[in-house]
Amino acid sequence: MTKTVERPAEAVRTRPARTPPPARKPARRRLAAQGRAYAFLLGGLLCFALFSWYPAIRAIVIAFQKYTPGADAEWVGTDNFTRVFRDPEFADAWRNTLTFTALALLIGFAVPFVLALVLNELRHAKAFFRVVVYLPVMIPPVVSALLWKWFYDPGAGLANEALRFLHLPTSNWSNGADTALVSLVIVATWATMGGTVLIYLAALQSVPGELYEAAELDGASLPQRVRHVTIPQTRFVILMLMLLQIIATMQVFTEPFVITGGGPENATVTVLYLIYKYAFLYNDFGGACALSVMLLLLLGLFSAGYLRLTRSEGEDA
Amino acid sequence: MSGGTRTLVSPAVLARPRGRAVYWTVFTGTVLLFALAFLFPVYWMVTGALKSPDEVARTPPALVPEHWRTTGYTDAWDLMQLPTHLGNTVVQAAGAWIFQLVLCTAAAYALSRLRPAFGKVILGGILATLMVPTQALVVPKYLTVADLGLLNDPLAIWLPAVANAFNLYLLKRFFDQIPRDVLEAAEIDGAGQLRVLWSVVLPMSRPVLGVVSIFALVAVWQDFLWPLMVFSDTDEQPISVALVQLSQNIPLTVLIAAMVIASVPMVALFLVFQRHIIAGISAGSTKG
Repeated sequence: MTKTVERPAEAVRTRPARTPPPARKPARRRLAAQGRAYAFLLGGLLCFALFSWYPAIRAIVIAFQKYTPGADAEWVGTDNFTRVFRDPEFADAWRNTLTFTALALLIGFAVPFVLALVLNELRHAKAFFRVVVYLPVMIPPVVSALLWKWFYDPGAGLANEALRFLHLPTSNWSNGADTALVSLVIVATWATMGGTVLIYLAALQSVPGELYEAAELDGASLPQRVRHVTIPQTRFVILMLMLLQIIATMQVFTEPFVITGGGPENATVTVLYLIYKYAFLYNDFGGACALSVMLLLLLGLFSAGYLRLTRSEGEDA
Repeated sequence: MSGGTRTLVSPAVLARPRGRAVYWTVFTGTVLLFALAFLFPVYWMVTGALKSPDEVARTPPALVPEHWRTTGYTDAWDLMQLPTHLGNTVVQAAGAWIFQLVLCTAAAYALSRLRPAFGKVILGGILATLMVPTQALVVPKYLTVADLGLLNDPLAIWLPAVANAFNLYLLKRFFDQIPRDVLEAAEIDGAGQLRVLWSVVLPMSRPVLGVVSIFALVAVWQDFLWPLMVFSDTDEQPISVALVQLSQNIPLTVLIAAMVIASVPMVALFLVFQRHIIAGISAGSTKG
């Protein structure tokens, strides 16, 4: 960071004419050009400063303060962290969030992966499949959540009707402590997998056909071709989609808030839900920010991995 | 694209009678699965709102409503004040879209072409926000908006929407690729920077502006947590928040009808622009 700060100033001072076109403008014209550039930049810059950079710093500051809107903030050291750690919901929220992320990776990744593999083999109705699989993504998440809440209804819900129709035992779905989290993963998968299918499908189309031909000549069966050709050839996209999915599912909020309200027995309280509760139910902004900082650090790790991955791939191509 | 590229299964296998039989079985199975998994829930929602309150609670349920009643839809429209909430959502989404188009485009153009001092630092700072997932910062962002006195004001949606590093970077990368001579020719003709941006750069940028527009509109329409926080005033709430707040106290058929109405604009947008949207998402993977 510090290096880049010095560079532009240096460029102005010591090598004015290295970049050919603007040969050497008089200082006043250069200043006017800078003024124009900043006039274009100002609005966007202000929004980033107020709503991205400042909140990031503020989260860290308030995490160490007793903060009440309108009153003077008090420094309290690590009190917020210890209080949050002692909250029995803290462990629940992290366990639920991590379980949700793991299940979403298992179900929410395996299903679209297989669907994309199958779709890539089909030569008819291509547009139909693509539109239909993406349709749930365009339905507002709140509507998807309310829709599935109705499906999971223990009385006339469609989910149990389907089980009865198949002569299977019914389930408590989102109303049972054991099944609630899985039920929410199903909703999230249904609502978001369209994007994963489309992106993975595009990646599959870039796998050279000769590789499959060669593998077939070597006597590779269909599962072997998937394992030794398809997966290695699309390794980068698979990894990228997984990281994106982890980042997205660790911030899950709408489904637990709308469908279960965090219950039953805290079985679906997530970290973001807990942050919301600290801020808006307990009016404890210090605790909310302490939690935010923890979530931020963990997610930042995954984001850094994602950016590194996309960057290095961009340079290869 | 059709049939030209070789995939997992070889064309020779598909040409054989047995291969063809397997292909059509898998094809039919996939069509049925997709219809059941993705279309049926939507059908169930649309027809559920047409049923009577008794019928919707009946087990086993009827596949087709006995009587097609539209009172669910009309009640939702009137009782839930859908015109107000839909109007709020439209105002919030349209404003966020315009603010993003104007301010992100101008900033991206400046960073790409006007060489502001410290441009690299600023770009670095903007890209760094990509690493910070937005949801994790909602509480301090809320406090900032509250300090600015913007709670229950559409500006609370519009201004933070501009701080969208992804869209800004998309625009900047596009502007980077515009050949230098095109812009210099315009400058030699005496056009000012605003003029160059407006009548040379923007007309060339229609595809990327379209993508940014769709992303901007969809993001606001689909958002829930942020509007839930900043609009405590019921009259200002967008439809997503109002649906959840009202869902406890209204008959099921009316709620379902309201859910259908809330989904119509985005689904319509998708069906109209499906080619562009699907192409945009698919391209995202290869460009990274």
